[in-house]
Amino acid sequence: MQFAFTEDQLTIAQAARDMLVETCTPADLRKMLEADKPRDDARWSTIAEMGLIGMLAPESAGGLGMSMVDLIGIAEAAGYVGLPEPLVELAGITIPVLARLDDNRGWLDKALAGAVIALGHPSNPFVADADSADALLLADDDDIHLVERSAVTLTRAESFDPFRRLFTVEWTPSAATKVGSDWGDSADRGALLAAAQMIGLAQRCIDLAVAYAKDRVQFGKPIGSTQAVKHMISSAQVKVEFARPVVHAAAAELPLGTLASRARIAHAKIAAGAAADVASRMAVQAHGAMGMTYEVDLHFFLKRAFALNYAWGTPAVHGETVLERITKVRTGPDATFAGELA
Amino acid sequence: MILEYTPEQRAFRAEVRRWMEANVPKTRLPSFDLTQEGFDAHRDWERKLNDGKWGMVTWPEAFGGRALDLIRWLIFEEEYYRAGAPTRVNQNGIFLLGPTMMEFGTDDQKSRFLPRMAAGDDIWAQAWSEPGAGSDLAAVRSTCTLDGDHYILNGQKIWSTRAVFADWAFGLFREPGSERHKGMSLILFSLNAPGVTRRPIARMDGEMVFAEIFLDNVRVPVADRLGDDGQGWHVCMATAGFERGLMLRSPARYQVAASKLIALYEANKAHLPPSMGERVAQHWMDAEAYALSIYSTASRLQAGGAIGPESSTNKIFWSEMDVAMHQTALDILGPRAELLGQPSDGVSSVDWLDGFIFALAGPIYAGSNEIQRNIIAERMLGLPRA
Repeated sequence: MQFAFTEDQLTIAQAARDMLVETCTPADLRKMLEADKPRDDARWSTIAEMGLIGMLAPESAGGLGMSMVDLIGIAEAAGYVGLPEPLVELAGITIPVLARLDDNRGWLDKALAGAVIALGHPSNPFVADADSADALLLADDDDIHLVERSAVTLTRAESFDPFRRLFTVEWTPSAATKVGSDWGDSADRGALLAAAQMIGLAQRCIDLAVAYAKDRVQFGKPIGSTQAVKHMISSAQVKVEFARPVVHAAAAELPLGTLASRARIAHAKIAAGAAADVASRMAVQAHGAMGMTYEVDLHFFLKRAFALNYAWGTPAVHGETVLERITKVRTGPDATFAGELA
Repeated sequence: MILEYTPEQRAFRAEVRRWMEANVPKTRLPSFDLTQEGFDAHRDWERKLNDGKWGMVTWPEAFGGRALDLIRWLIFEEEYYRAGAPTRVNQNGIFLLGPTMMEFGTDDQKSRFLPRMAAGDDIWAQAWSEPGAGSDLAAVRSTCTLDGDHYILNGQKIWSTRAVFADWAFGLFREPGSERHKGMSLILFSLNAPGVTRRPIARMDGEMVFAEIFLDNVRVPVADRLGDDGQGWHVCMATAGFERGLMLRSPARYQVAASKLIALYEANKAHLPPSMGERVAQHWMDAEAYALSIYSTASRLQAGGAIGPESSTNKIFWSEMDVAMHQTALDILGPRAELLGQPSDGVSSVDWLDGFIFALAGPIYAGSNEIQRNIIAERMLGLPRA
């Protein structure tokens, strides 16, 4: 029993976090929006050069053969900066799906070389980043199809979060496009990685609230010196502190694929979503009227948190999984870890 | 990251389980806060635990422990609560003073006090708060005046849990004339010493869970001061860290409560709205989240880390979870929730009511949750002091 990251894991996550914090500032986000670009090419190249995209791809395919535990801290950092590029989805979900296929038609190699494959997962009604993708993984009932970008027609479904470029896709499934019918644990991965990003988003909202509360003076003193403001910020931090370990445990237990491990992921998604919801609304309150504006950066993170809370299964849907687990599988102090439950 | 126990850890769990199954009293012991008999029954249980070398498993063997690491301490606690074993009457000693003494005590103090603490021979109470010093603990006015190789203690302490029947107390006193955080010392004194008067305080349900302590020229050897002269505040803050951190409230008690709540919900599901299931699921998740957080902290401490201000987030989380969990149980019980004792139809709900009353104090003791939120804001997040 050792519920801690290794030194290597911490080092890799820190390096990725440093890079993301430096290259994806709110000013960078605003520039991207003004230029109406789907991604920042320089940042995307850096992400690829660091090997982050292929972290979970098998070594035999040219990846790093790492695990979800290695990626989870990076997903948290991607949330912290509100990363617009599809690193988390590609590295954590799409590439593992491709790697499971009997014949991925060479797209795993292409993805590891920098191609983007958008993911039309059955869990979600829209396909994110489809316009800038080279190909799309799409669902037709249970079947998985791989379709080139040129073979589909896209209609933008504009999101509250301007960096979520969502599309409905018109396409025609055929025997030639079908590549498999096993989505494996991809829905669980999606929920877990959304949870990790929401932890980062929640912490970012708190950090922004703290910075503003130190700076903003009313009644002759910083508003952050008053207990009313301190207490609402602290309450949000408590939510984060008791969601984060659930996300980390869920990452470690993902490979088990049992009801207990899936309920942990559901719990992670619910808890991280609740933390991000509380933290982002608290941060609006801490900013006062400024919190409602486009001028203050907070909305970038609030919007992403809002969207991710409903993507990859709503809290209510995940709640059903938790309820099933507690009524069908043993609970109690000797039943904490999914690996201990046969 | 390894989220499975080693074979040795599993064997240890089995060993604890066997001992608990053979030794935990089959019927609930009478309250330790109401009568001498109830208190003595709990002391006897502490002695039995010590006979099995289970008094305080993390302590060195010389002091009655087994020198086990924190993961095994958690496993021990899990089995302890799973077996429904009695509440530790000496928790102020073993969980708060013990670790503090391990860090600040002299060898003489450790060998004089720790084995007796582990054995239940000395049951300890905490004597920190005063009528004018609650959340503002640095306002204590009780004094320790040096007189040769003794201190003379004078003053009044209040809200001392277990002090009605306990043997010893650890108190915060100040050098006469000193102010605020300076000039304080943490001093151990016998509650049976000449000049000590105890006055029980009845809780709202009539249990004598705490007491006032009056000190009138109580003589205590200087050798019973814990930590350096004038370092009392520093020593107390270390104790508070243990209190709010992982020692006082191990996760198992909440996981057991969550399981009981699930069983209560299942038994009454037919006439409950679906929203009740969501609430029960939320409480189970909270208990799991707390357990995972503590395992994460224990893993970090074992790798050489230290407990920091995050112990304040623990204290807020468990105390609020405890209230909410009991409230849901009482909501399920509905009009039966108010009943005391065993009603004529035989379905007793009094454990949930007892637990609820106990839980109500959680957001107050060990530093009120308002103070904890200040600590998080100022020490974790760097917000300015008022």
